[in-house]
Amino acid sequence: MTELKPRATREAYGDALKELGGRYKNLFVLDADLSASTKTAVFAKEYPDRFFNCGIAEGNMVSVAAGIAAAGNIAFASSFAMFAAGRAFEQIRNSVGYPGLNVKIGATHAGLSVGEDGATHQCCEDMGIMRTIPGMVIINPSDYTEAYAATVAACEYKGPVYLRYGRLAVPQINDPETYVFEWGKGRVLRDGNDVTVIATGLMVCEALKAADMLSEEGISARVVNIHTVKPIDKDIVVKAAKETGAIVTTEEHSIIGGLGDAVLEAVAEGCPVPVVRHGVEDRFGKSGPAREVLEKFGLTAGGIAEKVRYALTLKH
Amino acid sequence: MEEAKKQQLKDAAAKVRRLAVEGIHLAGSGHPGGSLSAADILTYLYFHEMNVDARNPGDPERDRFVLSKGHAAPALYAVLAVKGYFPEEELRSLRKIGGILQGHPDMRNTPGVDMSTGSLGQGISAACGMAAAAKRLGKDYRVYAVLGDGELEEGQVWEAAMFASHYGLDNLCAFVDNNNLQIDGTIDTVCSPYPIDDKFAAFGWNVLKIDGHDFGQMEEACEKARQCCGKPTVIIAKTVKGKGVSFMENMAGWHGVAPDRKQYETAMAELGGGN
Repeated sequence: MTELKPRATREAYGDALKELGGRYKNLFVLDADLSASTKTAVFAKEYPDRFFNCGIAEGNMVSVAAGIAAAGNIAFASSFAMFAAGRAFEQIRNSVGYPGLNVKIGATHAGLSVGEDGATHQCCEDMGIMRTIPGMVIINPSDYTEAYAATVAACEYKGPVYLRYGRLAVPQINDPETYVFEWGKGRVLRDGNDVTVIATGLMVCEALKAADMLSEEGISARVVNIHTVKPIDKDIVVKAAKETGAIVTTEEHSIIGGLGDAVLEAVAEGCPVPVVRHGVEDRFGKSGPAREVLEKFGLTAGGIAEKVRYALTLKH
Repeated sequence: MEEAKKQQLKDAAAKVRRLAVEGIHLAGSGHPGGSLSAADILTYLYFHEMNVDARNPGDPERDRFVLSKGHAAPALYAVLAVKGYFPEEELRSLRKIGGILQGHPDMRNTPGVDMSTGSLGQGISAACGMAAAAKRLGKDYRVYAVLGDGELEEGQVWEAAMFASHYGLDNLCAFVDNNNLQIDGTIDTVCSPYPIDDKFAAFGWNVLKIDGHDFGQMEEACEKARQCCGKPTVIIAKTVKGKGVSFMENMAGWHGVAPDRKQYETAMAELGGGN
């Protein structure tokens, strides 16, 4: 695969919506005054008749989206992860989740990599919050190609989906020529037999780098990409537990409630082995350039490698 | 409105009240006060105003209804049953395991329910979504919603009010069931949403005020709503909480309490008895 320039997953969201708008004449997109940032403006420009700017009122936006869907349409409602999953949680639960409506929550600017805006905007709880809603699907893509394909797949799926995108341009790790998005399936990106690193979102790229570093130390690390955090691919997780005997999870999210806990649950119920969670510890974020913030919080290949070495000490 | 039609609606509403009270009594829980105050409005909408067909509840061209004050579900269920969406016997399984009638409206399990509601403030937003989609897709259906007056204390109602007028949703008509009572007391003493009319007017709505137990006034107001161009309409309907059952009328205490056997029998006698 030829080297592609880094791109933000939110860009894929806007681009995919534009394509989907042409394919689905009953697809509506809603935003809450952040359309330039969430990239829904790309759709709005092409299909102004099927775009609603709801102003800074996320709760109303989500319930309006539910009404649009209840009338037989598809609705994508967008805001930053903090205000979608956070502020509009109860609307997502009661207006969208409970009736199982065809609403997709397009949550951008998730995680610490929002950067300079700081803790109020760095949402590291959204997957945990969304995971508690019965039937909610959560997809956290790793790069532009996967994000584009995930958006298309979410549109084709009938029911509520929470899509998590980032602000920061991230390296492209999937080959756009050959990539296929498999609904609910994890992907083994690199095989290994000492330990498995299960990663999601922008940490997938870091996990691959960590595997390189570890291989130099003679540690063979399997790398699994989980784009669909809920429902999680239990088979790939349990298989990794059985075959490698130790797991490290890594995510740009709190270690409470997200991928780490989803993997812990699957491992504890399927094949108990040591699981070490890597992510944002139980604390709020900080302002700073995105890469520096990620570095400061240890969300790097080096941070993952450290957790892997620790996990190996727990192995029987 | 012709007297014969009025009488027909009165009879239907009386039956709706009896069925709602019976359902709540058999469930041993529920919200009689707000069900009885909204019973006439709901009866009017389903039996005179809306373009709906119980034999074809999924018709994409039908008018939509959203009970934003979802706790008045017993009255909505009674209306739907009398209208023929499901057998009246189902009302006896209100709030019971295995039944199709949840404590608050559930569009997935109850035929005729257009939107799941119960968490106050969200229904009116959903109604906005239905109306907005119709406008943009060139569909002719209209959307009706019933809000509680206490519900107006939810900020989301005003987000929705702003949205509806901004997008000129003249195919949306919302009733406020202004019975003046909420769980903790009269709405003006708890945290007053008054003046309701001025607030909606300031948000750009066409505002009408009626007696919420007068079918003739409902008909006139709905006609005015249909004639109004470019603005959503709110019909502020003055109602009596617990209407039709003397010991429940204007009593905040009857917001969410079921009548016991004796109270139930008294209520049924006052509401015209039997079926």
